[in-house]
Amino acid sequence: MLGIASTELALAYLLSIGAAVLCLVYGIVKYNDSGPLTEELRAEEKEINAKL
Amino acid sequence: MTEKLLWAAIYFAIVIYLGYRGWKETKVASDYMLAGRQVHPFIMSMSYGSTFISTSAIIGFGGAAAMWGFPLLWLTFFNIFVGIFLAFVFCGKRTRRMGSALDAHTFPELLGRRFQSRFIQGFSGAVIFLFMPVYAAAVLIGVARLLEVNLGISYNVAVFIFTAITALYVITGGMKAVMYTDAFQACLMFGIMAVFIFWTYSVLGGFTAAHQALTDLALNPDATAAIKGHPMLKGWNGWTQGLDFGTPTWLIVYTTIVYGVGIGVLAQPQLAVRFMTVKSDRELNRGVMYGGPFLLFMTGVAFVVGALSNVVFFKIPDQTGKVLGQVAFIGGDKNIDKIIPAYITNYFPEWFSTFFLLAMFAAAMSTLSGQFHAAGTSLGRDVYEKGLGARVANVLTVNRLAALVAVLLAMGCAFILPESIIAKATAFFFGLCSATFLPMFILGLTWKAMTKAAAIASMLGGFAVSFFLLMFLHTPVSKPLGICKAMFGVDSLLAGYAPGSPGFNLQFLDPNIVAMPVAFLIAFLVAMSSTKFEEKHIKHCWRFMG
Repeated sequence: MLGIASTELALAYLLSIGAAVLCLVYGIVKYNDSGPLTEELRAEEKEINAKL
Repeated sequence: MTEKLLWAAIYFAIVIYLGYRGWKETKVASDYMLAGRQVHPFIMSMSYGSTFISTSAIIGFGGAAAMWGFPLLWLTFFNIFVGIFLAFVFCGKRTRRMGSALDAHTFPELLGRRFQSRFIQGFSGAVIFLFMPVYAAAVLIGVARLLEVNLGISYNVAVFIFTAITALYVITGGMKAVMYTDAFQACLMFGIMAVFIFWTYSVLGGFTAAHQALTDLALNPDATAAIKGHPMLKGWNGWTQGLDFGTPTWLIVYTTIVYGVGIGVLAQPQLAVRFMTVKSDRELNRGVMYGGPFLLFMTGVAFVVGALSNVVFFKIPDQTGKVLGQVAFIGGDKNIDKIIPAYITNYFPEWFSTFFLLAMFAAAMSTLSGQFHAAGTSLGRDVYEKGLGARVANVLTVNRLAALVAVLLAMGCAFILPESIIAKATAFFFGLCSATFLPMFILGLTWKAMTKAAAIASMLGGFAVSFFLLMFLHTPVSKPLGICKAMFGVDSLLAGYAPGSPGFNLQFLDPNIVAMPVAFLIAFLVAMSSTKFEEKHIKHCWRFMG
């Protein structure tokens, strides 16, 4: 496959590219996702960070 | 040479300017340790990636790929899937949220506060402070040799200059200076590696044609005659044909390089702390988007180009029009660390050679700065201020002095340790961190029933088992360290077995195949039978988990 003799190593090649694409897609899909915190908790966290 | 010196001066001037920007913005301790928890996701992600990838990952492992071929691509997959995707999405978010809930400033402080243990914070800090300089020295040795060869500077002067410039911005500007310079260095590295892979595939006729040529080369007895029977190639069938299971070469590639480095990244203190430098999960989500492709262009390109350089050396005319007609190992003068530099010198124009050198400076400097910073804050914050309970009037000054001590320690190691230690010291530090920190770190982030006693037992047990195996059984590390030889007269306690027997081959098995599962097992067993934390503390730790 792809000129690579071993199927295992062709898989490593494709999975490496696939993992990078997964990261790219995940980042785009979750671009504005700030996480599961409620507004109240988010405000508390901001307060802690502001105190630093 | 003059042109190289000029570009090197411009590069160092940009780095010093960015360091100055970091220093101007560093007002309080949290700026110094966590860049004020307000870092842009692109800067955070590039800083994480460039800290992870050092010169040895590109030149050393690229040379190893020229020798062994595509099996190293499993490390690229682990680098991206474990080192970026799982690290950011699962560990990173929990680290950031718990770090924020516990107001932790360093990786050991996160562990110490999660388990309400000053001992854990102090011991973790001590491990990082004492062993990080050995890893930093390995990076320093590699880049100093590059400076020596390319700019005609003596080795000792090269070590001093490189350390001084890096230390200047780490000590004064802290995490902000480290991350600003890292991001610039990462962009430079990315650009160079993109040209590197594009040129190599182009000259060999594209993806499939290049791979096919490499596959065919392994079947050409004229090509492989020079490397047949080499001790590093026991069980090797070809660059794209793979390795025989269980042979010493297979054990080194799959257990030390792929598993050891691929999983070990999760417990690297200088990387984990970066998750605490951003203000919300959104920055980590965006960081994943930049980090994955960046690492593909670092290790993925280095390993593919390293392997394909065999075809180029064998049948493509170099800049003088001469065809070497030999594989990369011969092209690199039978030294795997010289393969990538020889490939660039022989086949690329002078301008690329200059910029590749700068990219290697960038790779080394970005890794070194993270190491100096982590070792310094471990001594200043975790060992001195928290572990020993010292009264500190000016936290910034203490941490700056601690970073200076870490820098001097690393520089001292670079003058003492031999050049052959680079890969071993890296594997040593990754292995030690994995066994010592990973079980309590992962379980601390995910398992509410994890106890203080279990964390301490796992940390000490993992450290002891890993340290023993590295010092007395694992020949690739025990031999250069020489402690086993001094005490028992042999390089490894397994050296007495007949060559090729399972007992003999065990000395090439990475210690973490044993040490990390043992540390996890200790954690589970002790957690089952020791006092749990009060519900109030657990709620406090988990309050930002959602």
